[in-house]
Amino acid sequence: MKARQKRLAFVGLAIVGIGAASALAVTALKSNLSYFFSPSQVIANEAPPDHVFRLGGLVTKGTVQRQKDGLTVHFDVTDNAQTVKVAYTGILPDLFSEGTGVVAKGRLGSDRIFYADEVLAKHDEEYMPPEVASTLQTAHAQGVVESAAQASGATN
Amino acid sequence: MSLNWFKLASPASFYPVAGRLVPLFWILTVGLLLLGFYWGFFQTPDQLGGSNAQKEYYRIIFIHVPAAWMSMWLYMVIVGWAAIGLVFNTRLSFMMANAVAPTGAIFTFLALWTGAFWGRTSWGTYWDWDPRLTSELVLFFLYIGYIALHSAIDDTRRADRASGLLAIVGLVMVPVIYWSINCPDPTQCAALHQRSDLTRIDGNILFSMLIMTLGFWMYSFATSFMRLRGIILTREAESAWVRELLSQENPK
Repeated sequence: MKARQKRLAFVGLAIVGIGAASALAVTALKSNLSYFFSPSQVIANEAPPDHVFRLGGLVTKGTVQRQKDGLTVHFDVTDNAQTVKVAYTGILPDLFSEGTGVVAKGRLGSDRIFYADEVLAKHDEEYMPPEVASTLQTAHAQGVVESAAQASGATN
Repeated sequence: MSLNWFKLASPASFYPVAGRLVPLFWILTVGLLLLGFYWGFFQTPDQLGGSNAQKEYYRIIFIHVPAAWMSMWLYMVIVGWAAIGLVFNTRLSFMMANAVAPTGAIFTFLALWTGAFWGRTSWGTYWDWDPRLTSELVLFFLYIGYIALHSAIDDTRRADRASGLLAIVGLVMVPVIYWSINCPDPTQCAALHQRSDLTRIDGNILFSMLIMTLGFWMYSFATSFMRLRGIILTREAESAWVRELLSQENPK
């Protein structure tokens, strides 16, 4: 009986320890994993110069321009505070569109234009038929504006 | 009632019980998967709306999400059995953990594989070192490590304890996978993978997803019990009841 209690305590402690390690890992992932740089960080020169890095943000509405060669695309990526111009030659993913999230991998040129080698589209977790989505969109847009206002209020 | 449970914890008495349960779980698996596939293909929209305008290929969700859920759930099942085995020194619980592991590994692989094809069409890449994708890959390696460690040690009881401890330590990955995406704003998100929010999924899509999950779960029971019966026979090969069973099946 004594040995069993010892083992129970041992396994219990192990699980508590793992829980603590897991909590630390999750907080680390939450705060400082720089999977990509935001336009604000790029403008503030926090992104590494002359190095490949990722730029993440939203495609600004009305800025997507196809160039004459038919393959090169210019667009702006924004985080609702700062904007970076992006140039990309290649096939864009299916879900790339204005106003949605993208992750672009490439280098910042000396002309402050981000030359991307790869553009990945992000999409949200909403799985709705088009007619339902359009009625939700207005509500969603309002929510985004409100959360952006809150976020800027928090940083200022 | 409690007496019944302790009786079931003996391999000799659980062997026939598992044998009777296997066909039942197979029937449930086939029925649920048929319903899930039918609903997923014919009762759901052909195209999504909003900022997630995916076409037919979003239906990978009916395999991908249930497989990913099962990969995490089955790992917790393994850890549960390993912990019970370590504390109470019960043989059957380690056998259970061993029997579940290959099914869990298959579901983890399935989640990664279907995710790769889905990612190619929707994001534009098969693979990316995104937090969720990376942590799911680590979970796959943990399953493989658990199975490999167990088969690397000849003494079964030592193998049980060592791989059980490895499984418990690896439990750290499950919450990391679950909370690897938790930022509210897509421009601040340190992830390519979208979050999951069951309230923002159309009812029909959610229904087939949950039915498929139940089907996968029943499949896990069926295959684990089949594997468990094999493990029981191998490990108890020297005992009287197994010899009796074999002499009944192969009368000479």
